[in-house]
Amino acid sequence: MKKDLVVIGGGPAGLAAAVAAREAGVEDLLILERDTRLGGILNQCIHNGFGLHTFGEELTGPEYAARYVEKAKALGIPCSLDTMVAELSAIPCAGPGEAKVAVTALNRQEGLFAIEARAVVLAMGCRERPRGALNIPGSRPGGIYSAGTAQRFVNIEGRMPGRQAVILGSGDIGLIMARRLTLEGARVKLVAELMPYSGGLKRNIVQCLEDFGIPLRLSTTVVEVRGRDRVEAVVVARVDQRGKPIPGTEEEIPCDTLLLSCGLIPENELSESLGAAINPATGGPLVDESLETNQAGVFACGNVLHVHDLVDYVSEEAAQAGRRAAAWLQGGLPRAGRRIAVCAGPGVRYTVPAFVDPARMEERQAVRFRVDNVYREGVLEVAFDGRVVERRRKKVMAPGEMEQIFLKKAHLEQVRELGSVQISVCPN
Amino acid sequence: MTDVIIVGAGVTGCAIARELSRYSCSVLVLERAWDVCEGTSKANSGIVHAGFDAVPGSWKARLNLEGSRKMEALSKELDFPYRRNGSLVLCFCQEDRQALTRLYEQGLRNGVEGLEILEGEEVRKLEPNVSEKVVAALHAPSGAIVCPFGLTIALAENAVENGVEFRLGTEVEKIEPVEGGYRLTTANGVYEAKALVNAAGVYADIFHNMVSGRPIRITPRKGEYCLMDRKAGACVGHTLFQMPTALGKGVLVTPTVHGNLLTGPTAADVEDRESLGTTREGLDELLGRAALSVKNLPVRQVITSFAGLRAHEGGGDFILGQPEDAPGFFDAAGMESPGLSCAPAVGSYLAEEVGKYLSLEKKANFKAVRKGIPSMGAASPEERRRLAAENPLYAKVVCRCEMVTEGEIVDAIRRPLGASTLDGVKRRTRAGMGRCQAGFCTPRVVEILARELGQDPGQITKRGPGSELLSGHHKDGLCVQVSGDRRDV
Repeated sequence: MKKDLVVIGGGPAGLAAAVAAREAGVEDLLILERDTRLGGILNQCIHNGFGLHTFGEELTGPEYAARYVEKAKALGIPCSLDTMVAELSAIPCAGPGEAKVAVTALNRQEGLFAIEARAVVLAMGCRERPRGALNIPGSRPGGIYSAGTAQRFVNIEGRMPGRQAVILGSGDIGLIMARRLTLEGARVKLVAELMPYSGGLKRNIVQCLEDFGIPLRLSTTVVEVRGRDRVEAVVVARVDQRGKPIPGTEEEIPCDTLLLSCGLIPENELSESLGAAINPATGGPLVDESLETNQAGVFACGNVLHVHDLVDYVSEEAAQAGRRAAAWLQGGLPRAGRRIAVCAGPGVRYTVPAFVDPARMEERQAVRFRVDNVYREGVLEVAFDGRVVERRRKKVMAPGEMEQIFLKKAHLEQVRELGSVQISVCPN
Repeated sequence: MTDVIIVGAGVTGCAIARELSRYSCSVLVLERAWDVCEGTSKANSGIVHAGFDAVPGSWKARLNLEGSRKMEALSKELDFPYRRNGSLVLCFCQEDRQALTRLYEQGLRNGVEGLEILEGEEVRKLEPNVSEKVVAALHAPSGAIVCPFGLTIALAENAVENGVEFRLGTEVEKIEPVEGGYRLTTANGVYEAKALVNAAGVYADIFHNMVSGRPIRITPRKGEYCLMDRKAGACVGHTLFQMPTALGKGVLVTPTVHGNLLTGPTAADVEDRESLGTTREGLDELLGRAALSVKNLPVRQVITSFAGLRAHEGGGDFILGQPEDAPGFFDAAGMESPGLSCAPAVGSYLAEEVGKYLSLEKKANFKAVRKGIPSMGAASPEERRRLAAENPLYAKVVCRCEMVTEGEIVDAIRRPLGASTLDGVKRRTRAGMGRCQAGFCTPRVVEILARELGQDPGQITKRGPGSELLSGHHKDGLCVQVSGDRRDV
């Protein structure tokens, strides 16, 4: 089978990319989705708060997804559900306009099958960091779940993972689940956060913890899991500035469930098999202003590119990837000539994209990034080759919230031989 | 009265069961856990040792060599993952060279083939990631790696195929001699057997001491491990040991048969025979020690850590066969390392001994071959295509990290002695063993288990009663309050 464009993943990123590509004139495209329905993780995010930026109203996750699913349907975009992509490989010596990527996938109807695609949008999303990666000592009983797994059990299956929970990590899913478990009749005894600040959105701290009287302990971690068959207790302890537990501060908290919300990891095993260069700071591919990876014709967007805080930004970014993939297919996206590096300066963990080519870029390019600490009244600086061109004071910047600035094509084109754009944050 | 009862369905018990199933006799295996391979057999290094470590003439030395020689053929006969990757004992300083030479000579006396001592540079040529500090190493090309679950489950399934019965969830509480054999009291009834095999791992001394006046003492020796992502699997090709210490073979770094990187074990004697918790100190020590062997040990790639207990007996050797004062009671005790490597040999030896004791005859219709669950993850593209075409469930991926399909999971549940728990599915198919550690597949595997076993998802456990994964329906907890409010009104 041959396709102009294959979109891998039918979550918010894949849907928005496919819709934008179709709207930009790509007729021959296909979405491959591993679940039995479109919408991705939004389907289990039944709380509201999605879509304020995109639709100007507060939607639930499934409602937000439905808006895009309907658009995709209206545009007649085909998709293969319940279909897992097993492998991506570059087709060597593909000439201009020829298929670049061999996509091997499998599903019950077609068995194992291959698609030759001229362009690919990577939109596989991310996964949660498991207990093992945190190396939490103790026993290995039942009752330890990542927050997202628990969310699926509660919101999709209508089953409770436990009755007395401790949540480690204050990422947004953990905060959301603290509220969900409470509303569904369980007791959340504590949310412990290793860092001295929360990893989640401020509004979630307020609406999910404070409103329900659930304590959040910062600079605290789980140092032991107890219980043979099922979790019986966890031991928490305070940590020092380097994140090491402080002896003598241990406290046993009886519970039957430990939920982990300790970070998300972009799922790039497929991208790596294709040879896409990965940015160690994001865990996602290194991309340019067109969200194109180092593999020509392969674009990335959404949480596979970098973990987002709001789905609205995922949709916006993915739409750009879809438009650029369309331009690429239509011959309107010549391979980059001049590349300006976009780099993370002091106080900034990463930037997406990592490069811009003024000749290829759209009029305005969002550069998204996260800061490395909480900055109150901090100053955001954009520098061209070390020369500060923009300074902006912001009330609060925190690692849990994505920040963005915009680069203008006209502005970049004015500067001769610009080598790098650096974004940094200075404390007040 | 059953002919033979085996207490314990670890790798040793299952190997003995499988070898006994060559004879015309009734064999029953009693296991307190709800699956086979639930004790020491599930948490170890997965190494088939070459056989240079043990004192010449000991059981360990004799059976290791035999076990190691048998393992490859057995892996083909019973279809479990095995790979001869060779091993290296690393020597970090010139002072240890004598000890390395002694190890080499001991290996020669034990009959290990192909041993050679390599100089530091030769070692690094063979293994580029080996530490610069390594001055020499003992190379044993016959060292190998095996999937300990795969081996144990294969032995058990083949035993069932040949008529052995397993009673899981059946903890033996008391053993006493009776006329013509032994009586075993369990929570699920009383069993009697003409001969009894004690393969109870860290509990073997308790059963031994119930029938023999010559007590033995097993000390559980905890070993902690870290398993790393497949991305780190190619870090080393050989199994890298450090020079052995009084507490064992030290910390090793090895690829696994499934392409992960494994490091461990620590060694700490513990009192509690159930003490399976990892510790901060243990894990820190472990990663510190492993880093001595390998440059840039990918510690950030750890996906899980676990601990196992070795059944260490004070005498330092296996205790095999009948105590003088308990005829018909066959010990397979003190089965610490190289217990896994020795299992095929221990199985043959004890089955023969039991056979002699009961004057058993071999049966003509023994089926030596067992077919494992075809693995999509491990299959070639052509095999994948064929598997998916033959059974559509083989095209339905459930565990994405390890590419395990619903077809494999259903097979794991339905086959004889099939999986009935989440861990059982995991050890038979690898669903949940990958980098996300079951985050995505748990709800789906629970659903498949419930459907196949005809149970409610709330009954599905991680590893048997008490480890239920779910705790009722949502809003359950609220109903009490609601009805209370109503009463108030």
